[in-house]
Amino acid sequence: MTTRYDAMFARLAAAGEGAFVPFLVLGDPDPATSLDLLFALADGGADALELGIPFSDPVADGPAIQAADLRALAAGARPRDCLGLVAAFRARRPDVPVGLLVYANLVEAPGREAFYAAAAVAGVDSVLVADVPTVEAAPYAAAARAAGVAPVLIAAPNSPDAHLADVARLGAAYTYVVTRTGVTGADERAATGHRALLDRLAGLGAPPALLGFGISSPEHVRAAIAAGAAGAISGSAVVARVESHLGDPAAMRADVLTFVTEMKAATR
Amino acid sequence: MRQSGRFGEFGGCFVPQVLLPALEALEAAFLDSREDPAFAAELDALLRDWAGRPTPLYRCRRIAEGTRARLCLKREDLLHGGAHKTNQVLAQALLARRGGKTRLIAETGAGQHGVATAMAGALFGMTTRIYMGEKDVERQQANVLRMRLLGAEVVAVTQGARTLKDAINEALRDWAGSFETTHYLLGTVAGPHPYPTMVREFQRVIGREARRQVLEAEGRLPDAVVACVGGGSNAMGIFSDFLGDPDVRLVGVEPAGRGLHTAHHGATLRKGRPGVLHGAYSLVLQDEDGQVEESFSIAAGLDYPGVGPEHAHLKATGRAEYVGATDDEAVDAFRRLAEAEGILPAVESAHALAHALKMAAAADRDTVLLVNLSGRGDKDLAQLSGRLGGAGGRP
Repeated sequence: MTTRYDAMFARLAAAGEGAFVPFLVLGDPDPATSLDLLFALADGGADALELGIPFSDPVADGPAIQAADLRALAAGARPRDCLGLVAAFRARRPDVPVGLLVYANLVEAPGREAFYAAAAVAGVDSVLVADVPTVEAAPYAAAARAAGVAPVLIAAPNSPDAHLADVARLGAAYTYVVTRTGVTGADERAATGHRALLDRLAGLGAPPALLGFGISSPEHVRAAIAAGAAGAISGSAVVARVESHLGDPAAMRADVLTFVTEMKAATR
Repeated sequence: MRQSGRFGEFGGCFVPQVLLPALEALEAAFLDSREDPAFAAELDALLRDWAGRPTPLYRCRRIAEGTRARLCLKREDLLHGGAHKTNQVLAQALLARRGGKTRLIAETGAGQHGVATAMAGALFGMTTRIYMGEKDVERQQANVLRMRLLGAEVVAVTQGARTLKDAINEALRDWAGSFETTHYLLGTVAGPHPYPTMVREFQRVIGREARRQVLEAEGRLPDAVVACVGGGSNAMGIFSDFLGDPDVRLVGVEPAGRGLHTAHHGATLRKGRPGVLHGAYSLVLQDEDGQVEESFSIAAGLDYPGVGPEHAHLKATGRAEYVGATDDEAVDAFRRLAEAEGILPAVESAHALAHALKMAAAADRDTVLLVNLSGRGDKDLAQLSGRLGGAGGRP
């Protein structure tokens, strides 16, 4: 279930590097360009990919990812199309771990069992459900594990020990550690000094920590790794590079690839 | 969490992890307040002296003439603020103050909940921001002005369908970053636990009074209790004290918009499928992939593709029944109540009235119908003026 992530963390540990994990919304701005961008992420040196299935009501997301969801939905991206993009990526990149970020209603619509089974068939390694907190996570985690998919949970700076214990007990592959409260978004106030939170997670035996929310510059990546995280996730900053080149896929791909390359370099 | 927040299979607490501690603290504050006589005393005093409780029960004199039904209206339209919303807003604002919060945020559809929250913000000296869909800002200008006069900031939400659903999304996003200082004063029995339970308990006063009043006036319980359902707070408020009376039918009336056979309605209980929206597992208007669909209604306060999870449960168990009233039926009921009784109902409440008038016309024996007249219609005049334009007054 966590094979690709385990292999990634082992490889990075041996090399003395942290992980850089970029995020994109599947189907943004259109299916063909989106698939091309997935390869650009990998070509830029992404250690793993975090990919969103667009949802009509993304309450955990700030303006950049909301806009990406709307673009993808307007381009007709349906969940099955999104899994098709993952499968097409997986066919040529057998080793890169792929995580999905979704909202609960996209899991409930087909049913938990069917959703995770389809994700597994597409080559998905992990699923994070943005609006399923630890108190509701058990049936989702069980359905994910039954399908061979790793359930990823979120740890926040304000999470009490009881929630972190649930994260450690239920989660697999990695722990998504949010750097701050609020919603997703690239900003200058990305807080990365979370050694205490990371120590608590490690003490509870939680899966390796990747820091996300606001990670938008190589300095943020360096700070995350210096604080003891296994790596960093950057979402809105990547998605913004899609938005800034709408209508020019070549420039879009080049900008995304350059950004990933720079961010990855900061993990070394 | 001390409680599961489930109503049968429905309900729960589906929020980003970062909000879970805030909801746990809110649940604790709510449960503790119920054990505190000082909280109840302050709330009761404010409901009486500031908001005008108890509200009267009025037995209609003319509108049901020629039928076998007696139509009793629970006059929440006479509550300060012009709708039932004030009941639970006062209670939540008191909880917020006890929790040391200095700022209130809320979503609003028709603007009634926003007005009530702005009033409470003024009363308690708290900074208040109201999220309102841009489309609702346009069709409810009078309430926007009222909120601003009461000192609240009104933020027009431009995302999505630009209605209540999108206003809730924005309020949740705000709260995810502001919960340390801010209380999210959610306006209905939807949302994550503890809101559906808490808002129901704070609206229960409607049914508690109405049950006593109807027994006094009629010497018996009503045959049916009828209320409109958007998110569902006025309906849960008047239903709750009748749940244990098996002979009393509980009827929720959803906005059928242009008709339940069209795509233009907001009848979540009649047409929705189970799913997760805004923190609860309930019924949701959605497509086969789980994308939430846009609802449609002339009534901004009912224009919502979700519904409180307890209603989904009451429907599943059969304890309550849910029907629709179209835009046209609601406007017709609005006009009839104005002309026959001298009362302008909120266009939301006119949906309940429309169905009650159908029940009255069909009654084949003496029947007592209790209708929750949840709000007054002054806010709707500008929007309805076009549709009522042909009215020439009494013949």
